[in-house]
Amino acid sequence: MRSLTSPPQTPLDPAAIREDFPILRRRVHGRPLVYLDNAATTQKPQIVIDRLTRYYSEENANVHRGVHVLSAEATDAYDAARERVRRFVNAADVREIVFVRGTTEAINLVARSFGGNRIGAGDEVLISEMEHHSNIVPWQIVCEEKGAHIRVIPMTDAGELRLDEYERLLGPRTRIVSVAHVSNALGTINPVEEIVRLAHDRGIPVLVDGAQAVAHMPVDVRSIGCDFYAFSGHKVFGPMGIGALYGRAPLLEAMPPYQGGGDMIRSVTFERTLYNDVPYKFEAGTPNVAGAVGLAAAIEYLSDVGLDRVSAHERELLAYGTDALSEIAGLRLTGTAARKAGILSFVMDDIHPHDIGTILDRAGVAIRAGHHCCQPLMVRLGVPATARASLALYNTREEIDALVASLRSAREVFA
Amino acid sequence: MSTDLQELYQEVILDHNRRPRNFRALAGGRKAEGFNPLCGDRLIVYVRVDDGVIADVGFQGSGCAISKASASLMTESVKGKTIAEADALFHRFQRMITSPPDRSADQLGKLTVLAGVRQFPVRVKCASLAWHTLKAALASEKKATSE
Repeated sequence: MRSLTSPPQTPLDPAAIREDFPILRRRVHGRPLVYLDNAATTQKPQIVIDRLTRYYSEENANVHRGVHVLSAEATDAYDAARERVRRFVNAADVREIVFVRGTTEAINLVARSFGGNRIGAGDEVLISEMEHHSNIVPWQIVCEEKGAHIRVIPMTDAGELRLDEYERLLGPRTRIVSVAHVSNALGTINPVEEIVRLAHDRGIPVLVDGAQAVAHMPVDVRSIGCDFYAFSGHKVFGPMGIGALYGRAPLLEAMPPYQGGGDMIRSVTFERTLYNDVPYKFEAGTPNVAGAVGLAAAIEYLSDVGLDRVSAHERELLAYGTDALSEIAGLRLTGTAARKAGILSFVMDDIHPHDIGTILDRAGVAIRAGHHCCQPLMVRLGVPATARASLALYNTREEIDALVASLRSAREVFA
Repeated sequence: MSTDLQELYQEVILDHNRRPRNFRALAGGRKAEGFNPLCGDRLIVYVRVDDGVIADVGFQGSGCAISKASASLMTESVKGKTIAEADALFHRFQRMITSPPDRSADQLGKLTVLAGVRQFPVRVKCASLAWHTLKAALASEKKATSE
C-alpha cells in the first residue's frame, strides 16, 4: 500500500541537469563559464531552444480566426501553453492567465487597469522597502495621476518585512498591496500568505511579484490566496519577451482593457467597441506565440525535474555558499533573512562591487554588481551597490568554490 | 590573475583609489554632479577658473576604483591648464580608452595608466565619468563668466 506521505526525494544531480543547458559548456576568457546571474536571467535548456525552432520551422502562423491548418495549430499550441501556465501556478481557471511580455508589463497592466479604476485622490498603494523598480514606478505613475500616495512597508536590517508595521499601514485608504514574493536583491522569501491574509481581512487585494520565485520553489496562487501574481518567462528558463499575469477572474472581468487593438475586441464600429472576454481583453495585438510555447516547454522541463528537488538543491547550495562567503575577510552579506532563496548579495571592504564584478568576469564567473533596480533598497542598506551571486538548479558546489577563489584573488588585488 | 586585469588594476590606480588626490569640495567656483546609473557611481567635480585657466579642481563622491582613480588623476592633470587644453586632454583620453593603441596617448602623461580600460569596454564609462562631469562644471563656469 502506498504511503500518504510523499516518497523520499532523489536529490537533484546538477551534473546531469547541466547537460541539458548548452550554454553552460561555454568558456569565458578561457575559463569555464560559472553562471551566477540567474536572478537577472536564467539559461535555456535545449528542449526550450528546440521548441522555439520547431514552432518557427513547422507551426508558425497568426493565432485565432485563421481558417487554415497552420493557424489552427498555432492557436492550439498557444491555448495549450496557457493551460500549462495555469497548472504551473495552480490557478482555478485558464481564463485567469494573461500572457504579457514579463513581470514589468504584468504590474503595469494591473497598475493601469485595476489601479486606474480603483485608485482615487488620497488613496494609498502599499509596497515594500525591498521592491524592484518595476514594482515601484508603475504605482508611482498611477498615484501621480490620481493624487494618491505610495506607502512603504519597512524591513529589518536582516531584510525581513516588518509585519507589525505592515498591519499598521493597512488603512481605510489602502487600495492595493503589491509585494515581491522573493526579493531579487536580498533573496528574502516574504510571507506572502500572511501578507494576503492580513490584507484580505480588510478587503484589500494583493499583487505578488513572483519574478524571483517561480524558478526556485513550487508556487500555488490559490494557497497564497493572492489576487494577482506576476512572473517572467526568461527567469524560469523560458524565452525573453513572454511572461504571465494571474488574476482572479472576477477582478479581471471588472477591469478595463489595458491596451486597445486586435484580438482584445469582440466587435468594432467607429462608434463603439465591444471587448473580448478575459484573458483576451488584455492581449491586444498579435501575441508572442513562440514565447508562450517556449515558456510552456520550460515549465514542463522544470516540472519534470521537480520544484521540490530544485528548492532543496538550491537551499543546500545557499547554505554552502553562505558559509564559504562568510569566511572571506571583510565580506559582509546583505540579506540574512531566515527564509531565503538562492541569492548571495554582499559587499566587501575597500572593493567596489563593480570592481569585484570585473575581476570575477575575468575568472569566468558571471555575477551582477550594482543596485539591482532597487535604488531605494540600496539607500536603506546604506550602500551604493552590492555584488550579487544568484543560484539556479544547474549550479554546483564547485562553482561556489570558483566564486570564493576569485573573490579571494580580488581581495589580493586590493590588499 | 590575467595580464589585462593586472594592467587595469595597476599600483598607481589602486593608490589613487585608496588615497584620491584633491578629494575635497571647493568653496566658490562651479560644480557639477556626475552619475553612472549602471553601477551607481556618483561624484561631484568642483572647479575654479581664473582668467580661462583652471586654478583649482577637486571632487567628492563614491564609486569604483576606476572612476575614483580616474577622477583623482584628472584633477592632477588639468590643474593649471586652460579650458581648451583640458578639453583637448579629455579628447585624447577618451580616444586612448576606447580605441586601439596609437600615438594619441603620447601627451597624456600619468593618465596613460588608465590605458588598460580599453580591454574592458563596460568600464569605459567609469573612467570617463569624472571628465564628463568636469566638462559640465566648466560649461556652467563659462556661462557664469559670460553673464
